[in-house]
Amino acid sequence: MDLTTNYMGLRLRNPLVASAGPLSQTVNGVRALADAGVGAVVMYSLFEEQMRREAEKMAELEEAHEDSFPEALSYFPNVPYSSDGTAVTSYLRLVESAADAIDVPLIASLNGATLGGWVKNASRLADAGASAIELNIYLVPGDVTVTGSEVEHRHIEILQAVRESVSVPVAVKMSPYFSSVGNMCVALDHAGADGLVLFNRFLQPDIDIDRLEVTPGVTLSSRDDARLPRTWIAVLRGKVKASLAASSGVETPSDVVKYLLAGADIVMTTSSLVRHGAPHAGKLLEGLEAWLTRKELTLERARGMLAVPRDADPAGYARTGYVSALEKAKSTYGALR
Amino acid sequence: MSERLIIDGNEAAADVAFRLSELCSIYPITPSSTMAELADEWSAHGRPNVWGQVPTVIQLQSEGGAAGTMHGALQGGALSTTFTASQGLLLMIPNMYKIAGELTSTVFHVAARSLATQGLSIFGDHQDVMAVRQTGFCLLNSASVQEAHDMAAVAHLATLRTRLPFVHFFDGFRTSHELNTMHRLSDDQLRELVPRELVLEHRARALSPANPFIRGTAQNPDTYFQSRETVNSFYDRVPALLQDVFDEFAAISGRTYSAVEYHGDPLAERVLVVMGSGIETIVPVVEHLNATADARTGVLFIRLYRPFPVESLLAALPASANRIAVLDRTKEPGSGGEPLFLDVTSALGEAYASGRRATMPHVSGGRYGLSSKEFTPAMVKAIVDELARPVPKPRFTVGINDDVTHLSLDVDASFDLNDPETLRAVFYGLGSDGTVGANKNTIKILGSGEDMFAQGYFVYDSKKSGSRTVSHLRFGPNPIRAPYLVNKANFIGCHHWSILEQVDILELAQPGTTLLLNSPHAPEELWGQLPRPVQDRIIELGIDLYCIDASAVARAAGLGSRTNTILQTCFFAISGVLPRDVAIEKVKTSITKTYARKSMEIVRKNHEAVDASLSHLHRVEVPATATSSKLLANPVPASAPEFVRTVTATMMSGHGDDLPVSALPVDGTYPSGTTQYEKRNVSEIVAVWDPEACIQCGNCSFVCPHSVLRAKHYPTARLEDAPEGFLSAPLNSAGLPDSRYTLQVYVEDCTGCGLCVEACPVKPIGQPSRRAINLEPVVEREKEKAAVTYFEELPQNNRARLDFGTVRGTQYLQPLFEFSGACAGCGETPYLKLLSQLFGDRTTVANATGCSSIYGGNLPTTPWAKNAAGRGPAWSNSLFEDNAEFGLGLRLAADLHEDLARARLQELRTEIGDDELVDALLAAPQRHESDLLLQSERVKLLLEKLEGVPGHRATDLRSVADHLLRRSVWIVGGDGWAYDIGSSGVDHVLASGRNVNILVLDTEVYSNTGGQSSKSTPLGAVAKFATAGKQTNKKDMAMQAMAYGSVYVARVAMGADPQQTLKAFREAEAFDGPSLIIAYSHCIAHGYDIRKGLEQQYKAVHSGHWPLMRYNPVIREAGGNPFLLDSPRPRLTLREYQDRELRYKVLRAANPEEADRLVGLAQAAVNRRWGEYEELAMRGAEHFAADTRSQ
Repeated sequence: MDLTTNYMGLRLRNPLVASAGPLSQTVNGVRALADAGVGAVVMYSLFEEQMRREAEKMAELEEAHEDSFPEALSYFPNVPYSSDGTAVTSYLRLVESAADAIDVPLIASLNGATLGGWVKNASRLADAGASAIELNIYLVPGDVTVTGSEVEHRHIEILQAVRESVSVPVAVKMSPYFSSVGNMCVALDHAGADGLVLFNRFLQPDIDIDRLEVTPGVTLSSRDDARLPRTWIAVLRGKVKASLAASSGVETPSDVVKYLLAGADIVMTTSSLVRHGAPHAGKLLEGLEAWLTRKELTLERARGMLAVPRDADPAGYARTGYVSALEKAKSTYGALR
Repeated sequence: MSERLIIDGNEAAADVAFRLSELCSIYPITPSSTMAELADEWSAHGRPNVWGQVPTVIQLQSEGGAAGTMHGALQGGALSTTFTASQGLLLMIPNMYKIAGELTSTVFHVAARSLATQGLSIFGDHQDVMAVRQTGFCLLNSASVQEAHDMAAVAHLATLRTRLPFVHFFDGFRTSHELNTMHRLSDDQLRELVPRELVLEHRARALSPANPFIRGTAQNPDTYFQSRETVNSFYDRVPALLQDVFDEFAAISGRTYSAVEYHGDPLAERVLVVMGSGIETIVPVVEHLNATADARTGVLFIRLYRPFPVESLLAALPASANRIAVLDRTKEPGSGGEPLFLDVTSALGEAYASGRRATMPHVSGGRYGLSSKEFTPAMVKAIVDELARPVPKPRFTVGINDDVTHLSLDVDASFDLNDPETLRAVFYGLGSDGTVGANKNTIKILGSGEDMFAQGYFVYDSKKSGSRTVSHLRFGPNPIRAPYLVNKANFIGCHHWSILEQVDILELAQPGTTLLLNSPHAPEELWGQLPRPVQDRIIELGIDLYCIDASAVARAAGLGSRTNTILQTCFFAISGVLPRDVAIEKVKTSITKTYARKSMEIVRKNHEAVDASLSHLHRVEVPATATSSKLLANPVPASAPEFVRTVTATMMSGHGDDLPVSALPVDGTYPSGTTQYEKRNVSEIVAVWDPEACIQCGNCSFVCPHSVLRAKHYPTARLEDAPEGFLSAPLNSAGLPDSRYTLQVYVEDCTGCGLCVEACPVKPIGQPSRRAINLEPVVEREKEKAAVTYFEELPQNNRARLDFGTVRGTQYLQPLFEFSGACAGCGETPYLKLLSQLFGDRTTVANATGCSSIYGGNLPTTPWAKNAAGRGPAWSNSLFEDNAEFGLGLRLAADLHEDLARARLQELRTEIGDDELVDALLAAPQRHESDLLLQSERVKLLLEKLEGVPGHRATDLRSVADHLLRRSVWIVGGDGWAYDIGSSGVDHVLASGRNVNILVLDTEVYSNTGGQSSKSTPLGAVAKFATAGKQTNKKDMAMQAMAYGSVYVARVAMGADPQQTLKAFREAEAFDGPSLIIAYSHCIAHGYDIRKGLEQQYKAVHSGHWPLMRYNPVIREAGGNPFLLDSPRPRLTLREYQDRELRYKVLRAANPEEADRLVGLAQAAVNRRWGEYEELAMRGAEHFAADTRSQ
């Protein structure tokens, strides 16, 4: 069955993409994902801040005890190394080897903080063999002084700078927490985004009530997490030039199908692969094919079948969805007060 | 135009030596290490010599090894050089005879340093080079940074011309570490200087099978003597050939030199003779005295010392000279005079006797400048004045007060020769604040202009934590020839308020000096906070006072404690040496240059700090009257012993130079336990105990590197008179009802390292980031001090009733190693503290030179202490290389005296009249602490009974009776000693079967000299001399030692398993034979915040890098498997262990492929070794070597 898909101009053998996550931290991991049949692999994120902190830390450590004791004016030989510390070099090497090791596109993911860092590293990633760059614009939550328009402006600025510095496609993985998500997507589309990945998951900390501790909130996504991105993909389908990538809440083949029906060009998953191992990708694809066969649909026909029609009133559509949700709930749980 | 640079003497010499060599065979030793390190770096970075080849740099296991390698390389025809000093040069002596005897061309570059005699000194004098004057090497010396560069070139050419080897030396520290403006010889100049033919001739003399001959025969009475005389003509030719070299050098560089150089009045009557940097001090004084007082003086500089240039000396010395003072920077006790004096005297005597000189001048021999003692213009004047006296002292010293043999000259300290155009600045800083680094930058900034000359010299104290630095800087339009400290400063910067309260920072101030204080106090409150003496001096001298809260600016900029660029900016802004804008731009450029390669983040933060500096800088209006009642802090409490109050305290306050000869011990013997009187208060944050949360496990005090956490338990009733704020908790162990427990923090000694916090297993409920011990700012220092005093009065818990077998039990044992100056969080000292707690009152310690001998034995105060009964570890340091043998000697002496004691005891049975006592003394088991306590009571009783017993046998017995108490001999040192320089000694002592305990504090590098690679350095770790990552495996000393069968062996890591460490120490000590404990010691040279040191130890063990094991021959003899594998199968990868440490990360950042390759190999080695260990742990006893001593 023909599952080939166009994602930002890249030709993928199918619409299932392994998103940034722990499985893509080694060449073997990336190879396993490709072997499992995915259409493309997004590498885990290179964090620019982390890398700058590391370089700073290394320099600080090197000079921490210098010039304090007459017999030892220093403790390390003068070794010329990159000011990025070890993180960037390791990442670039991984991109290079992983891109070589697989025959599907490898997308590098960049999580940056400064404009200069974004631009420099994006072009280095492209040079190292990444087929595309995914910008993970993840502003640290909790800062109450930054205005919404500042955040939006920052996204556009970063995207434009990177877009100008590389020739490979550039996707933006965005957060759902804009006051007008759709408008932001359109703005990014206008600013040159080749793809929009919906959504980044905001890692919220948890509280351990026994130990009275705040614990870091890294959790795998669950199926319900797919509803929000699916809604927005359905809305955006046909309204932006950029490819649409769905991310979050993919566990079974039916989740893949739902996203495609809503209008996603590709469907990304990490959590299910972490839970069940890379070969699970094969099962998702088999399920997709089985569904298409059962419904006697091609992928092209199925994609966007249940998207919001281009001429529909988006508010009305959303309202309709809300009303039907209430109706459904009523029939399931009894009358609501 | 040659390149103008500001570098130190070491770099100046090494820069030439490297470019004119094919091989550098080296070994680190202060103060020459920098030369070797630079050569290694250059080689690693592919820098070629002037003939286009990258020289090989190879580190050996000792200087003896370096010299041997060099001898071989020279016989192989390679141009070879080395860099060394002090004992290192002494270790080369045997080879030096060989090299000279075979007329071999080579140059040894020596940063001349004191020798270890009554004490070790790392500082400069000529004792080492004078000890090789008889080897047949030519000795050539330099007096300045420029000369260190130039004479290096001259020596490399001269050795090829003359076929004689050269030692090129310059004053350790004074020249080797002084930054000064100099002109660098280009590759072209050096190539032009050293003709290729000479290199080819040297090569042609090499051993070659193509043209075989033998060299190094054994000779007999018939020809050895004559053969020895064959070389005379080579030495005779040296002065002439060397002059040719000087002429050629002058033609190339424009700088002229001679074997002997005279400065001063051509008709001088009084002449000084000197070598080394002293000439730079003397010349301006001579010129000044001739010009102002018609003094008719001069000075001879002996540049070539061997072969002694008699003819040049006679030619250069004015015929009018009738009073001569020869200055030796060395000491030869018992000699008729120091060597240069004897050489000059014999030259003059012979000349006079033969009629070549009409008169025989009076010649005085003077010693000066030992161990970098200051040599100032005032001292020169004192010597010149002495020569004018009717009968000058024939022998004298200058620079000290000899009130015993009265050899010293009186010096009028007010005599001064400061160039008014030179700006002199002094900065007081702490090691951790970057003051020295910033000053080095300042010198480079100022000295980089063609119209400015600059000099920098830095004084450090001998502590490794909270160390104080004093930077002495000079700048001006004239070349700076002043190899002595600034004595009058135009600018004084005090970069820490605490320094101001402890030392007289205005000692060097003069009228109108500018003073910049880094002050936590607001400008309007500052005056009231100053100590009275400081206020008085400020008013008296009309000092221009500025302040800035640089620490706050640094914190705001995210720079932590690095206040350096902020204070540097203020210096430029106030001193006016450059226009403000220009200066600031230059500071920023220099920051960018320093850090851009490493971290733009640091560049950004520092630039921000520079910009923020000026708005926080304030000029302080000085009131007309002093208001303060505060005095400078007393260095030691009034309760300290007299020696400490007088001698030690003087050293501590920085006035040790003023101590007279009579104040000091004649044989290097000092009282134990003096660190307790030096309350350094080095940390603003200290450990604070939480009695409620504490479970009294003892983990914190076990790991505390500074012995500042002490535990006692006592009856509750004792608390009645406790001072307010004295903390305690109910004792939580069974069997002692109604008892309280106190964990006392010695706040004034705490370094805030945080190891205790990391070791604490308790998290108080609801406070997950806290422990039962936490780091907090010191709030009420006086209250804390009162608590410590009270705690000290509580009785020490009875050793015989404590459980030595548990970490919990050991916390009640008094540490007899305390408050050392080791780095905050040191990984070595907790092991020494444990040793002192367990066996301290019957231990002698032989300590190899290195970190542990420096924090263990560097004056003014030392940490090995004694208990209330006056007993404690007796400690000594012999050398670096001989420590195992030295310790064995202590053991043999103890054994002899024990045997003697036992024999005399039997013989005196009747006189003692207590058979039960005698039998018990002879048969006591002495295994447990209770046995030992009983035995020591018996010894006491014996001595009582011996009172009044006449005869030599009784006298004998009294003198050795203490040996009836089992003596514990510990041989302690680092991996540089145990794995490298002392390796053969360690091996031999282990093979001796004697009862010694060897403790290797393994930091996997030479820590004390700055992180050079040893054979313990792990595969893939970057260290000096392993710039590209160590390429070979770490030596497995444990397996080597096990092979003997008669050695107890343990590998321990306190941070991974304190209980196993404790067990190993006790078993090793109890084992009647040689024991070896290899102790993982985290170190600042590993490159991470060593607060995480214990965690790294844990990872080292659990990655299999450092498998814990014990090998106990006793178990084998009992039929069991003596090999005990104490750590579980590795569950971390080697990378998980290594990733935190800079020594591995640097390679990963520089060359990730190589890092991967090496970590792969290292992981494979770990896996293989673990397999072997597991297999060993499962073998039967018969598969291990027998302890043949018991068969």
